[in-house]
Amino acid sequence: MNFDLTSDQKMLQDQVRKFAQTELAPLAPEIDKSGEFPWPSLKKMAKLGLLGVIVPEKYGGSGFDFVSLAIAIEEISRACASTGVIVAVNNSLTTYPILEFSSEELKKKYLPQLCSGEKIGAFGLTEPNAGSDVAAMESTARLEGDHYIVNGTKRFITNGGEAGIYVVFAYTNRDLKHKGISAFVVERDTPGFSVGKHEDLMGIRATANCELMFEDVKVPKENLLGKEGDGFKICMNTLDVSRIDIGAQAVGIAQAALDEAVRYSKERKAFGQPICNFEMIEALIAEMATEIQAARLLVHYAGFCKDKGMQKFSKEAAMSKYYASDIAVDVTRKAVQIHGGYGYSKEYAVERLYRDAKILELYEGTSEIQKIVIARELTR
Amino acid sequence: MDLIVCLKRVPQTAEAEVQIGPSGKEIVRDRLTFDMNEADSYALEEAILLKEKFGGTITVISLGLPDAEDTLRIALAKGADHAIRIKAEDFGELDGFKTASLLKDALVNVKFDVLLTGCVATDDSLYQVGPVLAELLGAPHATLVGKIEIAGEKAHVNRELEGGLIEHLEMSLPAVFAVQTGINEPRYASLIAIRRAAGKEIKLLGKDDIPSEHRVNSTLEKLFVPPAGKRAEIMTGTADEVSARTASLIKEKGLI
Amino acid sequence: MILQSQHKEFQARVRRFAEQEVAPRARELDRTGEFPHDLVKRLAELQLTAVYVPKEYGGAGLDTLHYAIAVEEISRSCGSTGIFLAAHSSLGVFPIFFAGTEEQKRKWLIPLARGEKIGAFGLTEPDVGSDAAATRTTARIESDTYVINGTKRFITSGSIADVIIVTATQDPSKGYKGISAFVVEKGTPGFSYGKDEEKLGLHGSITSELVFEDCAIPRDNLLGSEGDGFRIFMETLDGGRISIGALALGIAQGALDAAVSFSKASKRSGKPLYKMQPVQSMIAEMATEIEAARLLIYHAAALKDSGLPYMKEAAMAKYYASTIGMKAANMAVDIHGLCGVTDAYPAERLMRDEKLMEIGEGTSEIQKIVIAREVLGK
Repeated sequence: MNFDLTSDQKMLQDQVRKFAQTELAPLAPEIDKSGEFPWPSLKKMAKLGLLGVIVPEKYGGSGFDFVSLAIAIEEISRACASTGVIVAVNNSLTTYPILEFSSEELKKKYLPQLCSGEKIGAFGLTEPNAGSDVAAMESTARLEGDHYIVNGTKRFITNGGEAGIYVVFAYTNRDLKHKGISAFVVERDTPGFSVGKHEDLMGIRATANCELMFEDVKVPKENLLGKEGDGFKICMNTLDVSRIDIGAQAVGIAQAALDEAVRYSKERKAFGQPICNFEMIEALIAEMATEIQAARLLVHYAGFCKDKGMQKFSKEAAMSKYYASDIAVDVTRKAVQIHGGYGYSKEYAVERLYRDAKILELYEGTSEIQKIVIARELTR
Repeated sequence: MDLIVCLKRVPQTAEAEVQIGPSGKEIVRDRLTFDMNEADSYALEEAILLKEKFGGTITVISLGLPDAEDTLRIALAKGADHAIRIKAEDFGELDGFKTASLLKDALVNVKFDVLLTGCVATDDSLYQVGPVLAELLGAPHATLVGKIEIAGEKAHVNRELEGGLIEHLEMSLPAVFAVQTGINEPRYASLIAIRRAAGKEIKLLGKDDIPSEHRVNSTLEKLFVPPAGKRAEIMTGTADEVSARTASLIKEKGLI
Repeated sequence: MILQSQHKEFQARVRRFAEQEVAPRARELDRTGEFPHDLVKRLAELQLTAVYVPKEYGGAGLDTLHYAIAVEEISRSCGSTGIFLAAHSSLGVFPIFFAGTEEQKRKWLIPLARGEKIGAFGLTEPDVGSDAAATRTTARIESDTYVINGTKRFITSGSIADVIIVTATQDPSKGYKGISAFVVEKGTPGFSYGKDEEKLGLHGSITSELVFEDCAIPRDNLLGSEGDGFRIFMETLDGGRISIGALALGIAQGALDAAVSFSKASKRSGKPLYKMQPVQSMIAEMATEIEAARLLIYHAAALKDSGLPYMKEAAMAKYYASTIGMKAANMAVDIHGLCGVTDAYPAERLMRDEKLMEIGEGTSEIQKIVIAREVLGK
């Protein structure tokens, strides 16, 4: 892989970092408190092309590769974890499956709306009784004339309450087990669709994480992604891509925690000197910096594998997601530790970062699921 | 309207600890990050706004090492049309005068109505390049510019003076403006623009292209961190107490 | 996938050699504690004794990344052979390559690089470990010689080396500025050996005590100028960290290989071991951290090859690879169960071999200080 970023990746990193630090970071504590979905920020990001990073220009996107997307997500998450997840979901869980698995008509119809921020995307997979065990889902879709009739309930859907376009999974044939799952694009204003309760989360609080209800929702036949029964494959492939970006979010959050810890440890004095002079604090800083660098390289490597067109990059994606989320929780914990009692107070950003990091180990496949993916690849 | 913007890539030293290299004449660059000089980014934005209003082209130019091309490329992504790097590695020691005269020779064939620079570079804080370049080009100039309005062949500019005063000037074009920070709000380059800029050509000018002699008027002797001075005394108390203490100090030190 | 074209081909070549010729010897070397002179000869024939040294000085003329790959692949098959290679190339060869005059290079670098002679680096002392500036060995000028007095300890390949770089101070009051680096050849009067160490692991490598008693060497044996010793060994250690990282990585990969093959070959209660979730969990952790370590090491090597600063990254690579390597070796033993503590399986050897990586060439604690000071901008 190339350890050097390309010229356009460097520029992207530079501009996204400046934008995020100037425009997003000041809002992060605010939207964490209010839980308000950051529409104004999303509109600004749409103008910069950050809502369709990997989408070709002809569909209104920016036409960058997956390493570039990871770089952008890292920088956004470093400034604001909530905004990072929202943008990641729009890019890798919504534009990606539409781009990869839908007809030309659907691409032309939905991608420009998602890239322009006119509508935001969401991914309806998880259900009250089906998390990591996707095949346990209960939602159904039956074909009636020109429409599929979708019924079921989805839960913990990021962007759920504010999205306009949903990629939704449901059984078209339950007898076929996971091979009977299909994927659809559903628009928000379809009759029978409604948004349920808003989850009160520990972290990433501004992400409109909601329950979605489908009661005899009529979805046009042409909104099927791929063929009937392709849903599981589409889901797994999309999650592989998305895991790279969860890794990138984790690296961003961890980097923010390190930034805060470095700044605080230089300012805070104890026993007559700045605490960064104490070797135990230095050790924590060194561990954090090393783990972040390792995680960043794993994320870029997984992105590189995808960019090179590797058919199977599940292992690399799972490694980057598992490792980066693991160290993000560890790094934010250490950052709180370095802040002492102040780290427990909302006055300092590390309190928020510590809460924001935890979800990374849980969604889109818990760490335990990632480990099974990795181990299976190695012992085949 | 044809516009030129002079850009400089400078180390970001606000939060970094600056170390002096073994030669005593340069700082250690290794772990510093570099970026477009702050005032220059406002000059660039001002040029883009003028281009958006009046049309024309923007040429950006930087006297710098190869990494200055990163800065030029960002300018291309934001809206500049042409970019030139004068290869600093070819020209040895620089000062404000030599920088300006190299820029002048490099720009000899580039037509302009407005040439913009930042009012000061944060690394050497000379405030010289804009005015000297204007003199060498024989163009009128204004420094510390906080507002530019163009009407026909005339420019109306505001200069920000000490004490909150504003000086309003009418100037004829072509003219050179050294722009103050805060004159506008610099934009971010969009991703598409970045991708397009990545492939654009940056013209290089070296010693074979700018052959005439360039001299420095000042030579850097050494860089040093000033020794910590004696501690200042901060006086507290009522006005009477403070004035009494001041008077006795002045007498004590034999200042009057 | 991490590597491309030429590096990938090189990796395959070294791996083939290591699997065919080095791996079969690992257990025996560990048991007997014999030094594999024949393998050194093979390394020399394959131009692996100074991968990164230009051809004109007897090396293979490749880059640091090639070198890291070579150390990783050899160590994956045998830690003892790996540490010989890393110590010879990074510590014996490098100081002369880095600071030697043309004449010194012709005299010592070429035979060292070609593997005709073995090199070693005499830095550590009985009471001076990571704080190398506290060197007690002295050098004084006497007519046209330097006279060296002192004792060096834990010197890899010390008693078999033909050429040894020795650091000594000419003026202890000057601290690190008083330290110089000298070349001492085997057989110089006044230079003798203490006992070779009995170690926890790496039994097939030699670790020696070197004793200098009024050992006079020609003035021409000074490397660089007087007082350059600190600069020379700091640079040596920076590069050395990449190779120790690669060594730790290779052993860790060996541990993962062993764990995977054992888990596929064994059953518990009728179920293959590799299908049990606790085993899967350990294998996934080992594999992920090993991949991360590999990326850190290759990244540090790539930075060095691009002429960019790499001190922080090299320290990260060494610290991280040795930490996760020890963890991986420990897990490999766990996966083997009771078999893991017997010498019928390689796991216990790998665990013993790996332990040194957390300690040698700057302990993990020292690496962390190096990293933190860079991150904090001190």
